[in-house]
Amino acid sequence: MAKEALPVAAAAVSAPPLKREKPGPLEYMRRWPLQLMVGLTLFFLYLPLITLMAFSFNDSRRNIVWQGFTFKYYEKALNNDSLIEAFVNSLTIAFFCTVISVILGALAAVMLWRFRFPGKTAVEGTIALPIVVPEICLGVAMLVFFARVMPWPQGLPWPLNLGAITIAHISFAFPFVATVVRARLSSFNRELEEAAKDLGASEWRTFWDVLVPHMQPALIAGALLAFTLSLDDFVITFFTSGPDTITFPVKVYSMLRFSVTPEVNAASTILIVVTVVLTAVGLHMQNQKPKESKA
Amino acid sequence: MTEVSPVHTQADNPASPVKAKAIISFEGVTKRFGKTIAVDNVTLQVQEGEFFALLGPSGCGKTTLLRMLAGFEAPSEGRILIDGKDIAALPPNKRPVNMVFQSYAVFPHMKVSDNVAYGLKMDGVAGDEIKTRVEEALDLVKLDGYGARMPDQLSGGQRQRVALARALVKRPRVLLLDEPLSALDAKLRDQMRSELTSLQEKVGITFMMVTHDQDEALAIATRCAVMNRGVLTQVATPADLYEFPNSRFVADFVGSVNMFEGVLEKDEQNEAQVRCPELSAPVYLDHGVTGARGATVWVALRPEKIEMHKRTGEAPKMEDAPPGMNVVGGVIRDIVYLGSETNFEIELEGGRRVKTFRSNLTRYDQEDFTWDEPVWLAWHACSPAVLLS
Amino acid sequence: MQQSWSQAKAAFAAVAVPPVLWLLLFFLIPLGVIWAYTFGENVGPVTIDFTGTFANYARALEPLYLGIFWKSLVVAGLTTLLCLIVGFPVALAIAFATPRTKAWLLLLIMLPFWTNLLIRTFALIAVLREQGYVNFALEWLWNNASGFMALVGLQPLGAYEPLTLLYNNTAVVIGLVYVHLPFMVLPLYAALDRMDRSLMEASLDLGAGHLRTIWAVVVPLAAPGIASGVLITFIPALGAYLTPDLLGGTDSQMIANVIERQFKRANDWPFGAALSFLLMYLTFIAIAAQAFVQRKAERRG
Repeated sequence: MAKEALPVAAAAVSAPPLKREKPGPLEYMRRWPLQLMVGLTLFFLYLPLITLMAFSFNDSRRNIVWQGFTFKYYEKALNNDSLIEAFVNSLTIAFFCTVISVILGALAAVMLWRFRFPGKTAVEGTIALPIVVPEICLGVAMLVFFARVMPWPQGLPWPLNLGAITIAHISFAFPFVATVVRARLSSFNRELEEAAKDLGASEWRTFWDVLVPHMQPALIAGALLAFTLSLDDFVITFFTSGPDTITFPVKVYSMLRFSVTPEVNAASTILIVVTVVLTAVGLHMQNQKPKESKA
Repeated sequence: MTEVSPVHTQADNPASPVKAKAIISFEGVTKRFGKTIAVDNVTLQVQEGEFFALLGPSGCGKTTLLRMLAGFEAPSEGRILIDGKDIAALPPNKRPVNMVFQSYAVFPHMKVSDNVAYGLKMDGVAGDEIKTRVEEALDLVKLDGYGARMPDQLSGGQRQRVALARALVKRPRVLLLDEPLSALDAKLRDQMRSELTSLQEKVGITFMMVTHDQDEALAIATRCAVMNRGVLTQVATPADLYEFPNSRFVADFVGSVNMFEGVLEKDEQNEAQVRCPELSAPVYLDHGVTGARGATVWVALRPEKIEMHKRTGEAPKMEDAPPGMNVVGGVIRDIVYLGSETNFEIELEGGRRVKTFRSNLTRYDQEDFTWDEPVWLAWHACSPAVLLS
Repeated sequence: MQQSWSQAKAAFAAVAVPPVLWLLLFFLIPLGVIWAYTFGENVGPVTIDFTGTFANYARALEPLYLGIFWKSLVVAGLTTLLCLIVGFPVALAIAFATPRTKAWLLLLIMLPFWTNLLIRTFALIAVLREQGYVNFALEWLWNNASGFMALVGLQPLGAYEPLTLLYNNTAVVIGLVYVHLPFMVLPLYAALDRMDRSLMEASLDLGAGHLRTIWAVVVPLAAPGIASGVLITFIPALGAYLTPDLLGGTDSQMIANVIERQFKRANDWPFGAALSFLLMYLTFIAIAAQAFVQRKAERRG
């Protein structure tokens, strides 16, 4: 056999130098029409964002032709008190919305996963409702609610004046958290819980020692989702915010209505960077193996 | 492959392929995935009408070889020919081979008859002919009357028959089977083995099967290729593979074996002698082994080739052995009763343990031997295989 | 195994009361109030009587508003179709890429989704306006073509007229596709990634080409994923407010813009509430249709 293999081996050597291997039939990413498609899609998705970011450094008011590098619009944006205030408001609302949404969402998920109770289907459906109801409907409902049913007191000190917006955000954010956590819980091995109890842990200890560590990645993902949803929301905020409770998107919206200034580019770039960094941190935390949680 | 000494070539390839009749030939085929080499310079011919098995442990590259033949992977180097034609340029849907997938891959959204008709429709076969051929194919795999069922109404074994019918109905040059029996339970597997053999005889198509189960390969195939870490180790008939393995890997992978390392002391035309430190006496062989005197060799001895006898006095000496036999003494250390047979582990004088077994020919046979009983072991001078690698 | 609530009343109350109460107070009651408003009448600048009238619904079904509903459906449908046409090949390519490439591509597709909607819309304005990059690129091509034609002795083209890409219906559809594409790609990717590869290989092995395989095997098996991708693109597109508001012209108002006007400017809350509920009903119909497809696919196994 070795003798037989020889001429073949020689042929392989004399063959032209290795081309790139032919793609397998299902390696669609290595076929040019699909590569082109993916490339164009990414171009379509990123061209506007990248130009926006690039031109936030452009030393020209008209914002069209490159005139030179400058930080002046960042300075301007950072010195714009109402813009800064709106930004701080947005982050504050997002923070409280995240904390409360994660708690409510986790509780709702455990309730639906763990218990049988009368009217469960109705509760399940209602929790999913805020995810599918159009934002505009939720927005006007919140407007009417805080105008007629439960007027939020005017002139409260910061950050209590943001209460109405925060409540509205939580109402549509926590069902998302519940969905994510519940999906995670369905992969939980019930025997772990039984093992903990078998070894002498109480109901409460079992919850903290076994169930919560299992939920952890979903809690992080849910928190990330709630934060972004809150920070991103324009429509519902637009209907619930008053003159002294402007959030960043509402502020940018009104700036856009008057004129498109490079200042908005600068402010937007800051927000994009903040979101990307937060997302990266969140994904990183999610990918890390949950550390042992011995108290 | 280049390392294999010429000593082996005549022994391991008695049915040396006749090139003209090869239906499939792999010529120096190599497949790399990144840095790992899945298939390493394999050259292999399969003849028309064979039931050929690719045998090896998981990850040895056998499935990759099959998938390259089907067209799901492209070789990094080398050529694959079907009927003498290079098929590199042909996509899977243009190749004259069809495959039965390990998971069967029966389309869950199509009726059984539509599954079987799928390939014929792709070939543009006329509607009437499709109907008759689908019925024939379902008859062939004993699924007549199941055409209107959906796959989720079938058992695993029935789904496999659908996959078989679907591939055979296209009358491929070669039928490829990827671990065809691995998902079936033990009883069904035995039944399918014989059915696959008779099916192949009936349709007369060349079958090429991938399996990690040596029993399966020995039972079904007319010829087997053993692969290890991407390298083709031995190609032979099942009996030759078992009785004349060409390496320690093959001897160990196919069946159970007692292996003794030793030094070749004598090597003549009609006899040879190997001294193994673990055996009290040198091993006599009634054939030459064409190795260099003083070379390190391995003596491979199948458990069923060892006879076991009760012993009272001292361990027998080599000189006491009957002519043509090897004899060594030991003590029974472990007994595993398996019903049809009993496995024994015997500790030799040096401490080495040896496996053997006895068929339980009567209902009281298992009572013949007990723990810590002194025995002597004997085997014919023609029984062991001497391996150079 | 689920536990009956009555076996662990305290634990059940601890997990059930906060979310259920919140949902009731800050979601169901607001919606209920709006629903009540749909049967109300404006009697003063801030007072509304709940008279049980159907006049608001009757008005919403007048040709003018029916036309806007129809237009919203068409725009959302077109957006979904375009997202599907672009998203399917992209999802296919990602699902079959190497693990490393796959992770990067998914991140790249998701990143804009994490970016503020308003900022993305604003960025699109900068690209599409008459002094934007699309027009610059087209002008450059035009001028080069013109120069080339002069070179080969043909009549050169006239001066470049910038295209009006903004403030019309096309801009709204482009904007909605831009915003919702990730919504479509991700569920499609999930469905394709889950699919048993050997089914596609079996189809190729039996002689089908790639397009045939995709049509006869991939699409039917990925139908639930396609349906959910269509749904989560269609619903937000149907209720979109910001995109038509910023990118649309006077005739590209969608239903959400009309609702906003009733509440913020026209101050006709009962009518706005009726429009809101009609939009919600349309949404529920879309969800029911998707559930139907899903059920049919599940029955098939």
